[in-house]
Amino acid sequence: MALLTRLANPSVFLGYSGRILPFAAAAAAVCMAVGLYLAFFVAPADYQQGDSVRIMFVHVPSAWLAMFCYSLMAISALGTLVWRHPLADVSARAAAPIGAAFTFLALVTGSVWGKPMWGTWWVWDARLTSVLVLFLMYLGLIALWRAIDEPARAARIAAILILIGFVNIPIIKFSVEWWNTLHQPASVLRLDGPTIHSSILWPLLVMAVAFTLTFLTLHLAAMRAEIYRRRVRAAQLRAASPEYNRASANGPEAEAYS
Amino acid sequence: MTHLGYILIAYGLSAVVIAGLALWIRLDIAAQKRKLAVLENRGPAGRADRARS
Repeated sequence: MALLTRLANPSVFLGYSGRILPFAAAAAAVCMAVGLYLAFFVAPADYQQGDSVRIMFVHVPSAWLAMFCYSLMAISALGTLVWRHPLADVSARAAAPIGAAFTFLALVTGSVWGKPMWGTWWVWDARLTSVLVLFLMYLGLIALWRAIDEPARAARIAAILILIGFVNIPIIKFSVEWWNTLHQPASVLRLDGPTIHSSILWPLLVMAVAFTLTFLTLHLAAMRAEIYRRRVRAAQLRAASPEYNRASANGPEAEAYS
Repeated sequence: MTHLGYILIAYGLSAVVIAGLALWIRLDIAAQKRKLAVLENRGPAGRADRARS
């Protein structure tokens, strides 16, 4: 909690993140290289799916991250509305395009797997449709942040919408149990343990860690970009308004991200 | 290898999207830093000037 309070100062966050980023990027790259080696040279072809099972090593981590990223945004939204943490909206706003990208990857790689396995690129079943809704929610939130000029107002409205939209996450997770779907039920995160053979499970888990590290690295970097963008806005306000500058050279918005 | 075309599409697209994201964020940081440097060094309202005074 003390660290969270210290990180409320964007300059402190920039200092910490600048030191962590190279190590996070290196860890992600190494893990990705190991994961790709396991995916292509160690994991066997599935007895039913053949080699198309290798698509699962990018599809499943992308789908996990699509939901993980939105959950992170929901926690950030609470940070904005409840604790009014200065970096909470920065975190949510920086995560949205990355979450949209991984959701897009989950949809497209799933579709590319579905064509040879199901015989179709797309079906309107509950899992696929709810993930498509998640993708549209990411795009809507990005558009909302861009449409409202005043950052504090945009942050509050976006936070409320993120929390309302969070209802879609359990729907995605349990859609394969609540409804009859073409999409197979959960095979890794189950109360009775994974149903995948270890020769395919381990490469999948390593790729999941690699994707997660990649996401965290991208998110940290995107948060730095967002902090710099807000500093630019504050500097532009100071430069555009001499009155503002005289009356409040150290005003809250002008200095909030200094 | 069976279904090679589908596998290449999935991995190729993933690589392009992730690399594209990384490049976009890197360019964004550089652009914001550049804008900030210009603004901070412009006129009496600049932070650099306030810091010097």
